[in-house]
Amino acid sequence: MTTAAAMASLVVMGLIAIFLFVKAWPAMHQAGWHFFTRFQWDPDGAPALYGVASAVYGTVVIAIIALVVALPISIGTALYINEYAPRRAQRILVSLVDLLAAIPSVVFGLWGRDVLNKPLSDISAFLYKYFRFVPIFHTKALFFGNSFFVCGIVLALMIVPIITAISRAVMAEVPRPYCEAALALGGTKAGMIKEVIFPFSKGGLVGAAMLGLGRALGETIAVALILSINGNIMTNILAPGGSAIAGLIAVKFGEASVNGRSALLGAGLVLFLLTLVVNLVARLVVTRSRPPKGATK
Amino acid sequence: MSTASVSGAPRRPRTFGRREATELIAPLAIAGVVTTVLFAITPLAGPVGFVIVMYSLFIAQYYWYARRTHGVKAGVDRAVTVVISSAAAFTILPLVFIMGFVVAKGAKSLTWGFFHHTMEGVAPGAPASAGGAFHAIIGTLIQVALATFICVPFGVLTAVYLQEVRGRFVPLVRVIVDAMSGLPSIVAGLFIFAVWVVGLGQGFSGLAASLALGVLMLPTVARTTEEMLKLVDPSLREASTALGAPQWRTVLRVVLPTARSGIITAVILGIARIAGETAPLLMTSFGNDRANPTKTLSEPQESLPLFIYRQITSSQGASVDRAWSAALVLVAIVLVLFVVARVLGRTRPAK
Repeated sequence: MTTAAAMASLVVMGLIAIFLFVKAWPAMHQAGWHFFTRFQWDPDGAPALYGVASAVYGTVVIAIIALVVALPISIGTALYINEYAPRRAQRILVSLVDLLAAIPSVVFGLWGRDVLNKPLSDISAFLYKYFRFVPIFHTKALFFGNSFFVCGIVLALMIVPIITAISRAVMAEVPRPYCEAALALGGTKAGMIKEVIFPFSKGGLVGAAMLGLGRALGETIAVALILSINGNIMTNILAPGGSAIAGLIAVKFGEASVNGRSALLGAGLVLFLLTLVVNLVARLVVTRSRPPKGATK
Repeated sequence: MSTASVSGAPRRPRTFGRREATELIAPLAIAGVVTTVLFAITPLAGPVGFVIVMYSLFIAQYYWYARRTHGVKAGVDRAVTVVISSAAAFTILPLVFIMGFVVAKGAKSLTWGFFHHTMEGVAPGAPASAGGAFHAIIGTLIQVALATFICVPFGVLTAVYLQEVRGRFVPLVRVIVDAMSGLPSIVAGLFIFAVWVVGLGQGFSGLAASLALGVLMLPTVARTTEEMLKLVDPSLREASTALGAPQWRTVLRVVLPTARSGIITAVILGIARIAGETAPLLMTSFGNDRANPTKTLSEPQESLPLFIYRQITSSQGASVDRAWSAALVLVAIVLVLFVVARVLGRTRPAK
């Protein structure tokens, strides 16, 4: 009986793949390979033209921005908790980071849209003014905000907790005698981190980053609320516009027709497979990088 | 070089005395003054720019002074300490900001009416005092309760399988549960939509939402329960087995009761995880303007996250104010669950 219950997760994951595929097939079949190459999303037009190209592109770009911002902050936070904080502060900090993870994404979205969008638009204007020779900051639009950049920043805050938690666990497994030896030999804490902790936990940190990436890829509501979705491939990250799979599904689902919903299920299938691959590889990396003696945490 | 070997008297390398405090505060003050002057006489402007310039100036001085007195390594060490500490501050800062805004903006239009009115018949442009989230609060309670009811047996049994039964499929199940914990919530919604709403023709309902939430809750409950079962003293199991109890009886009578508070923690953490989920509800419970607790199985139903989302996107008149109020209620609920889980989690199972 416990075996049967344990298989429930397996069955559910299998059913997700099967059902999404079956229900998405009509729309995917109708669009053919264009489902993966077309930018616009108009499943109810005549002719119906739709594809996930710009949505996949946007999803990946936002997730990468989020990761680039979140990774140094998370590893820094993890190091602070593990190596610098006094014992009592440690527990409080861990609770606070967990609390950040518990804030609903719709609240992040509301905050990002109502509060954070304005100052980030000002920063966007600054980046445009002085760094527009960098391609990703170059735009013809005169407006900033509701962009990949704003979404990326908000998503970064949302994935900091998971990256912090996992890199903390990974870095705590570095054999303590090595760290102490480094300090005893007259090394500084910074030197110990660079020469002992990072080499030992490199693999695990890569895995933690990838798990954060997986979360960022699948984040829906914050993106749906912040990004002003259009079908363009945006080469700059500052101007409003662009698309993302999960956000697209959330925004278009309510008003979609039968074919539209089938197409959105297809987009969901793409997202499912994308996150599944990223997460499985990440777990593999984390598990592989552990010291051989079956430490579990 | 650590500070001890350079400055004459032997001293513990990581003490933080008056001298260290001066070395910290002086560059901070200088950076503040210089930046203020700089922003007054040059075209530089804006609070974000101010913080960045001041921060860079501070680190540069802090590094330079330590380097002059204690050598390069000490300088680098200090700079790294500052950067790492500010990373931690940068993680906590958004939390403070979000909580502050939710409380300030949410409390503004939160009245008692908000808790016992619904949105039925409220005109789109009506002020925030009209209408409320009664139906959404009821919906959230029902859907979360149902999801818990559906999910917990599977979650606990999965944990028992992983930790107690240790069957052949443990590695596989563990991988799948891990993969499931990274499942985008909207995909869970699409799945229930494909299977239940259109596949079985059940239509949008609160129950459909509960099914999707149950899928999302499963990995949290399973993994946390597993961790809690690990804490049960093995000698209890051995004693039970030595008395001739079969394994199912040991698990049912000894292991699970011992880990009870841990399992409750796991369930509460699972609830906190799903109570704020919005994305899967868009395609399962769909949303409603009136309270319909008795039609949970057959009618579209509102819930707090969905209420927030719908109020934001309708963006007419005072609807965003209502969204902030609902956000305050939702965050308060999640916070209470979180604290309860922490307090329960602190009491370790009896030995």
